[in-house]
Amino acid sequence: MALPSYTETRYRIWHYIYIAICTFVFFFLIAPLFVIFPLSFNAEEFLVFSEGMKNLDPDAFSLRWYKDMIYGTKNPWGLAAKNSFIIAIFATIGSIILGTLAALGLSSRHMPYKGIIMATLISPMIVPLIISGVAIFFFMAKVGLAATHTGIVLAHIILGTPFVVITVTATLSGFDHSVTRAAASLGSNPVNTFMKITLPLILPGVISGGLFAFVTSFDEVVVVLFLAGLENTTIPIQMWTGLREQLSPTILAVATCLIILSTLILISAELLRRRSERLRGINR
Amino acid sequence: MSSETKQILTTDGIPLEVSLKKAEKKNKIKAFLLVAPLLLFLIITYVFPIGEMFSRSIDDKMITNMLPKTFKEMEKWDGQELPSEEVFTAFYYDFKVLVEKQEHGKLGQRLNKEKNGFNSITKKLFRQVKRKKIDESTSIKKQIMKVHKRWRNVEYWQAIKRTAPPYTMSKYLKGMDMYYAADGSIAQVEEDRRIHRILWLRTLEIAFFVTLFCFLMGYPIAHLLATLPMKYSNLLMICVLLPFWTSLLVRTASWMILLQQQGVVNDFFVMIGLVADDNRPEMMYNKVGTYVAMTQILLPFMVLPLYSVMKTISPSLMRAGKSLGGTPFVAFWKVYFPLTIPGIGAGCLLVFILAIGYYITPALVGGASGTLISNQIAFHMKQTLDWSFASAMGLMLLSGVLVIYWIYNKLVGVDNIKLG
Repeated sequence: MALPSYTETRYRIWHYIYIAICTFVFFFLIAPLFVIFPLSFNAEEFLVFSEGMKNLDPDAFSLRWYKDMIYGTKNPWGLAAKNSFIIAIFATIGSIILGTLAALGLSSRHMPYKGIIMATLISPMIVPLIISGVAIFFFMAKVGLAATHTGIVLAHIILGTPFVVITVTATLSGFDHSVTRAAASLGSNPVNTFMKITLPLILPGVISGGLFAFVTSFDEVVVVLFLAGLENTTIPIQMWTGLREQLSPTILAVATCLIILSTLILISAELLRRRSERLRGINR
Repeated sequence: MSSETKQILTTDGIPLEVSLKKAEKKNKIKAFLLVAPLLLFLIITYVFPIGEMFSRSIDDKMITNMLPKTFKEMEKWDGQELPSEEVFTAFYYDFKVLVEKQEHGKLGQRLNKEKNGFNSITKKLFRQVKRKKIDESTSIKKQIMKVHKRWRNVEYWQAIKRTAPPYTMSKYLKGMDMYYAADGSIAQVEEDRRIHRILWLRTLEIAFFVTLFCFLMGYPIAHLLATLPMKYSNLLMICVLLPFWTSLLVRTASWMILLQQQGVVNDFFVMIGLVADDNRPEMMYNKVGTYVAMTQILLPFMVLPLYSVMKTISPSLMRAGKSLGGTPFVAFWKVYFPLTIPGIGAGCLLVFILAIGYYITPALVGGASGTLISNQIAFHMKQTLDWSFASAMGLMLLSGVLVIYWIYNKLVGVDNIKLG
């Protein structure tokens, strides 16, 4: 962003103000995440930077909260992590199957009532979570699925499918339908065509939608708060309880692990997006 | 010349038009069948339950089912003077059934909500009925009136009559701090007890200002991201995407650490001498905390739509504006800014919709003065167990959100939502 040499002084000043504002906003966005790292290695129980930490004294840092997270007695994180992963994986699979099928139908130009159906399918993403939570709770209580893994998985499929629908329809918008016609004319049946031709081409969209669905489920707390019993506790529920009652450094250790996980997901999502754009011939 | 001779036939001898329509119909069904599983799933598990919230929110069948005979007799009563002997008799027999089923207590409690003083007089009547003190062969009206003087007061009978309809809007009125007065008209709650109106206004206020802050902060960085060369902007994009992918609770936790009284932000303020060490301001558990945390959490939802619109604006337009004699400000204001309006609309509506229904962050950093309507809904779902009131409040919020969603759909189109 070098300025041309003929720029007047007042625009120069404006330009530097603009850069300063942008720097501040980027700092505001990213800095809060980095506060968690050092504090999770705190040797003390308090959530403030101790004198020792400020002086980079090695004794002020320790892994005790990570040990507590993994080995701590009456520690809920093991069960919570297991539940979270099981629920998120099944919810992702369900969202991918239902969402991809729906996206295939929606991007057909023969689809009737496209607008209203699309609006309905996306609505769980728009309706405030608290309302979704109340409605889903009433349903699950009526059919006897409250406080079961099945109930929570179904609830997360509801919340996750809009992301799959959106990403897959976006991928399909650049899809050349003549390749499926070519396959059909060469004698392939529709299922075979889908598995061998369509799916590999839209796979980046499907996977990135799946990542969204996974993160939605893995991070979801409002609906689970209504649905979960003691057996179905998840990582977000444990964090929520922990943050409400007492901020303990163990939570920060968990949070650090979650940030690492989300970084990994971000990297895979970015790689997928680029691959998808390359496949669709969009060059930016 | 008849039209048939002009018709084009397919090789099977069927008119082409018919054949095409058939194929079209087949394709339509095929497309619909692909969408059907998800649509059906959502309708059963999601759309219907929201409808059920509505019937739950207006449901008032309890008393209607408890006093069937009374309400039948009351249809003839004009509601001005004390009801007739028949109404009293019908009420007595209804009440006797309730006493046998041991449900008279529920009746008293529910009627007490309608008018204070019902609980004690139903208890008195219960004792008389239990001891079989009421002689069914003579006038029941006189005997009931003798039980307590309030049974002689027409206002109490009017209150019973008001509970007759199986549906009520009272939960919605309560959500707006109003209620049905004794004469059936709608009245306002006293000024110092209007808690819900404060919450609605606060929810709107916080959603509005969070949207505004997100716009003011998001616009410059979206512009920077869209105009920088790829290799720099990709790196900076991570600053937007990493918070976007990070758990909401993690981000809220980090704000709780930053904003606490001994936290980093306060340390910084003390260091630069803005506040005294012994007079650190409370930045959490109030509106400030809600504003700061929500703005940071929702900012990516503003930046991403803005970025995708700005990316499509050719830089030569600004150059053209400048070369035609506009100063950079004029060129920006007259050329660039109008082109970004679709992105501004999309971003602002998205952030507003998300902010208005926010629950987790206000509950953790909001304290008493920073909570929103969602927190009230959760409170009634979990603590008071007044599910019909929670449903009513939820639907009031939902109708607001749906209006914005509808505008969003008109302006942006739901199929234009971009993620990541």
